[in-house]
Amino acid sequence: MTTATKSRVQPRRHSQLYRSENRWALLFVAAPVMGFLLFTAYPLCFALYASLTNWNGLGRMKFIGVSNYIGLLGNANFHKALLNTLFYMIGIPIGLILSLLLAMAMNRKIRGRTILRTVYYIPVISSLAAIAILWQWAYNGDFGLVNQALDLIGIQGPNWLQSTTWAKPGIIIMAVWKGLGYSMLLYLAAIQSVPKSLYEAATLDGASGSRQFTAITIPMVQPVTFFLIVTNIIGGAQIFTEINIMTPTGGPELSTASAVWLIWREAFRYQKMGSATAMAIVLGLIVMIVTLIQFRLNRNSSFVLD
Amino acid sequence: MSKHLATRTSRNRVINIITVIILSVGGIVMIAPLLWMFTTSIKTKLEVYALPPVWWPSKPQWDTYVRMWSAGTILDGIKNSAIVSLTVTIVGTFTSSLAAFALAKLRVPGRNVIFIGLLSAIMIPFPTIMLPQFVMFSNLGWVDTLLPLIIPGLFGNIVMIFFLRQYLESVPNSLIEAAKIDGASYWKIFTRLIFPIIRPAVAAQFILWFMGIWNDYLAPIIYLNSPQNQTLQVVIANMNVTYATQRDYPLIMGASCIALVPILVVFVVFQRQIIESVALTGTKG
Repeated sequence: MTTATKSRVQPRRHSQLYRSENRWALLFVAAPVMGFLLFTAYPLCFALYASLTNWNGLGRMKFIGVSNYIGLLGNANFHKALLNTLFYMIGIPIGLILSLLLAMAMNRKIRGRTILRTVYYIPVISSLAAIAILWQWAYNGDFGLVNQALDLIGIQGPNWLQSTTWAKPGIIIMAVWKGLGYSMLLYLAAIQSVPKSLYEAATLDGASGSRQFTAITIPMVQPVTFFLIVTNIIGGAQIFTEINIMTPTGGPELSTASAVWLIWREAFRYQKMGSATAMAIVLGLIVMIVTLIQFRLNRNSSFVLD
Repeated sequence: MSKHLATRTSRNRVINIITVIILSVGGIVMIAPLLWMFTTSIKTKLEVYALPPVWWPSKPQWDTYVRMWSAGTILDGIKNSAIVSLTVTIVGTFTSSLAAFALAKLRVPGRNVIFIGLLSAIMIPFPTIMLPQFVMFSNLGWVDTLLPLIIPGLFGNIVMIFFLRQYLESVPNSLIEAAKIDGASYWKIFTRLIFPIIRPAVAAQFILWFMGIWNDYLAPIIYLNSPQNQTLQVVIANMNVTYATQRDYPLIMGASCIALVPILVVFVVFQRQIIESVALTGTKG
C-alpha cells in the first residue's frame, strides 16, 4: 500500500533508481516464485488434466471426461475413506477442551511448571513414524501397554487395531495424546496475554470463577481456538502416516483407511493414477475451502493482503 | 478482612496442590508410552511377551543397541535424513528470507500477483499434487534418490516467507532508505542490515522447519525404494514390518528410540526458541 502510493507521487528523476530496485526485488523473489510455478502450479494443472484421463502413470493418457469423478460417486471405498477421515476429526474438540484446561492449570503459579510443560510437549516434537510404531505395539490386545494399564484398574481392553469398532477411536486417542502439548502451548500464550486487570475487575464485581472462565477466558482465547480448529482440520484431512504404519492394510474392512491413504494405495499399489488424481483433487478442494474460510473469517490474520 | 485473606490464600494453596497432582498424573500418561518404549527395548523377547507384564527387565539387554546397527540401515537413514533436512533448511531459509525482505520492503513489480500465487500455494495440500510431482521426478530419473525431497525445498518455504515478512513490518522503512542514501547495494542491505534483525525469527522458523522435514514420512516413502537410500523414518517403519514377524519387539522399540534422539536433542538445546516460536505462530497466525 505505502510503496504503491509512494511510487506514484515520486518525481521522474528517480525512475532509474526504481528500475534497479525492481530488478533486485524480482531477483530476490525469483526462487519462491519459480518453486511455486514448477512444483505447485504445474503439478496442479497436470493433476486437473490427469483426473480427466484413464492414466496409469506410464502409458498414454486417454481423455475420458469426468468419468473418474462419476466413478468416485459410486466408489464405496472412497466414501468410507472420506467418512473415516471425518470421523478422526472427533479428536479435535476433545483435544481442544483438554488442552485449554491444561493451559489454565499450567497458568497457575505451581511448582515444576517448566518440567511439566516439557513433558506434555515431548510427544509433539517426536517423530510421528516412531510414535505410530510405539502405539501400534501399545495397542496389542494381549501384550500392549494400553490393555496392561487398563487391566490394572480391572478393565479388559479390546484388541484395538484389529477391531472395526475400536481401531478408529484408538487412532484418535493417539492423535490427541500427540497433539495435546501443542494446543496447550498456544492456549497458555493466549491466556498469559489476557490483561490481569480484566480478572481483577471481574473479581471486584463478584463474578465467580466459572463466570470469569466463560465471560473472559473463552472469548479472549477465541482467536487461538479458531486457529487450532482450522489447522487441525487441514492437517486432519491429510492424515496418513499413523494409518499406514499402525494399520498397513487400512484396518479391518478398511475401517481405518483415510483419504490420503486410499489415494496412495490407488496410485502406488494399483497404478490407477486417473482415479487417484480425481480423489486427490476432491480432497484438495475440501482443504482449500476450509483454508479460504479461515482467511475470510480471520481478518486479523498475518496473511491478509495489504 | 485479614482472616478473609488468609482463608483465600490457603484455599489457593489447596487448589494449587490439587492442580499439581492432576497435572502430574496427566504427565505420567504423557510420558508412560515413551518410557515403556524404552524399557521394552532392553527386555528379552520372553519378557516382552510375559504375563503378567514385566515393567522393568530383570537384566537390561543393552545388546539391543549394539545389534540394531547391523539389523537395519539406521546409520544410512540418519545420514540421509541429515542430508535432506540440512540442505533444504539451510538453502531454503536463505531463499525464503531474501524473498521476505523483498516482499516487505522493496518495490516488487507484480507484487499482488506474486502474493496471491504464493498464498494459494499454502492452500494446496501436498497429497493433491504428489502424483504429478512423482511422475515429473520419475521422468527425470530421480526416483530412489534424495533429489525429489531436496530440490523443491531449496526454492523456499512459503509459510516462513509470510512469517518473516510479518516480522519485518516492525522494521522502520527509514532505516532502509538511509542505507540506500549511503549507497549500500540491496544485497548489502539484506546481509548487513536485514538479516541480523530478523535472525531470531529465522532461527525459530528454521528449527520448526528442520523438525518438520526430519519427521516427514509421506514424501520419503513415495520416492525411496532401496534401503540404503531411505530416510530414518522410512527405515524404522520398514524395520517395524520386518521384525514384527520375527517378534523382535525390543529391536523395533530400540530403533524407534534412536529415531527420537536427534530431535529430542534439538528440542532440549533450543527449547526456549521453539516454544516462543510456536506460541508466536499461534497468536499472530
